[in-house]
Amino acid sequence: MKDLLTEIKNRFKEIEVYEHNKRRLYLKIGKERIREIAHFLHKEKGLRLSIMTGVDTREGIEILYHFSDDKTGTYYTIRIITERDDPKVDTISDITKASEWIEREIWELLGVEFVGHKNLKPLLTSEDWPRDKHPLRRDYEGI
Amino acid sequence: MRRVIPIGPYHPLQEEPEFFKLIVEGEKVVELEINIGYNHRGHEFLSPKMTYEQIAYLVERICGICSNSHPLAFVQAVEDAANIKVPERALYIRTINHELERIHSHFLWLGLAGHFIGYNTVWMWAWKYREPILDIFEMVTGNRNHYAMNKIGGVRWDIKDEQIPIIENILLEVEKATWMFTKAILDDPVILARLRDVGVLPKEVAIDYGVVGPTARASGVNIDVRRDDPHAAYDRIEWDVIVFEEGDVLAKAKVRLFECLESIKIIRQCLRKMPKGEIETKVDEIPMGEGIGRAEAPRGEVFHYVRTSGMNHPIRHKIRAPSYMNIASNAYACVGYSIADAALTLAAVDPCYCCTERIFVYADDKKIMGYEDILKLSWELTEKLKRKYNKI
Repeated sequence: MKDLLTEIKNRFKEIEVYEHNKRRLYLKIGKERIREIAHFLHKEKGLRLSIMTGVDTREGIEILYHFSDDKTGTYYTIRIITERDDPKVDTISDITKASEWIEREIWELLGVEFVGHKNLKPLLTSEDWPRDKHPLRRDYEGI
Repeated sequence: MRRVIPIGPYHPLQEEPEFFKLIVEGEKVVELEINIGYNHRGHEFLSPKMTYEQIAYLVERICGICSNSHPLAFVQAVEDAANIKVPERALYIRTINHELERIHSHFLWLGLAGHFIGYNTVWMWAWKYREPILDIFEMVTGNRNHYAMNKIGGVRWDIKDEQIPIIENILLEVEKATWMFTKAILDDPVILARLRDVGVLPKEVAIDYGVVGPTARASGVNIDVRRDDPHAAYDRIEWDVIVFEEGDVLAKAKVRLFECLESIKIIRQCLRKMPKGEIETKVDEIPMGEGIGRAEAPRGEVFHYVRTSGMNHPIRHKIRAPSYMNIASNAYACVGYSIADAALTLAAVDPCYCCTERIFVYADDKKIMGYEDILKLSWELTEKLKRKYNKI
C-alpha cells in the first residue's frame, strides 16, 4: 500500500496527501492532470473506480474520484477543484466505463461539463428538466 | 434489418421502473440502451437537511431488501469521519444481521430466477425458506424488513441468550434447504442448458465497468469488501469468498447459492464467539471532516461518503448502490444473445425488488391462522372447484 502511495508521489510531484487513516487516503491534484492520474491508477495499477462525488463548496466545485484498491482495501480519493461558473473537467469515461453514468449524473445535478464525454445526456432527471437548474448546488431554490 | 423492442419502464414482470431498449436483428440483440431515473427520490438532496439520527432511517428506505447494508455503510462512514470506536458485541450483531440479510436476499433472487425461467416450483420453495429468516429478524429487531438495527456507535437491539438456540435451529433448517436447492439446480439438465453460456460477462469487461458483488465474482473478479476491507467482525471469523470464472448466468446463480452456505457458517461462528458487553458507545459530537463507509450488500459493495460540518447534519452525502454499477454492464452482457436470453441476463444481476407480502390472521393478539391452515384452505378450495366442474 505504501509503495503505491510513494509511486504516486514520485510521479505526481505536486500532489497533496492527507492520510485520514491507513485505508482512507485523500490526494489533491490540479484538474488538468486528472486523465493522467486516472490512467495511471486504473490502467497501470488495476484500481477500480468505485464512484465519483461532486460537492459544491466555497472554493468551487469539488470532484472526488474514489478509487478502490481491492488488494489492500484502501480507498484513494483523488480531489480536484473546478470553478463554479461554467465548470469544465476532462472526461475519464474512455479510460474506465465505470465513470460513464456518474459523469452524466454530476453534469445534470451540479452542472459540471465533462469535456469529451460521448453521451452527455440526463441520467436521473426527466427530459423536460430545465438544464440550468442544478439541484445539488448550494444556491438551488427549486424550479 | 434493425428493430427496437422496448422493455419497460413499467413492465408487468419486473416491478422496478427501468427502461431497456433492445435493438435487434431478427432474434439477436445487437445493442442495448439503458435508461434509469424513473424512480429518482433525491436521497442525496434530502440527507443534508436531516440530522444524523434521521438519516439512518432515510437510507434504510433506499431499498427494501438491502435495508441493513445502506444504514451499515452510512454509520460506518460517520464513525470513520468522527473516529468512533464501536463495542465488540455490536460488531458481531452487525455481522449476524448483515449475513441474515444476504441469505434472504439470495433466496429472493433464486425464487425470481426460477420464476423467470418457468420453474415456479423453485420460486415457491425458495420463498418458503426465506420466511424463517424473516422470522429471525422479526424476533430480534421487531421488524421483518427495515430493521432499524444500526445506529452511529453501535446497534439498537441486543440478541438475547434465549434467542440463540432458536436462531441455530432455523439455520439448520435453512442449511438443509440451501443444499436441496443447490443439488436440485446443478442436477437439472434443463436448468443447466438454459443458464449455461448465457449472458457471459468476461473478466476484463467486468473490471472496465467496475461491477461489484456476485456479478463480479461470477466473472472471476476476486473482490469482496468483507475480506478486502474488513468491517464489523468479518476479520475475526473464518469463511471463504466464492468466485467462479465463467461469467454466465449459471455462475451467478452458483455464487449466490454457495454464498448462502458461507453466510450460515459466519452466523454460527458469530453466535458462538460473540462476547458479552455493551452494544453501543455514546456519541457526543461529530466533528468536521469526511468519512467513507462501505459494506458488502447481497448485490455488491455499497458505498457511502459523508462530509461532516461540525453541526448535527452532514453537508454532503454520496450514496452508491451496487446496482448502479451492475445494471450498466448489461449493455455488454445482453449483446449477441437472443431476446429470450436478455430477460434472464437482465435479471441475473439481481436488480432490487421490494416485497413484504404475507398472510397471518390475528385475533386478540393470538395467531388463529398460520401456514398449515392456509395450505388446508387452499386444498379445500381446490377440492371445491373439482366438485363444481365435475358436475358440469
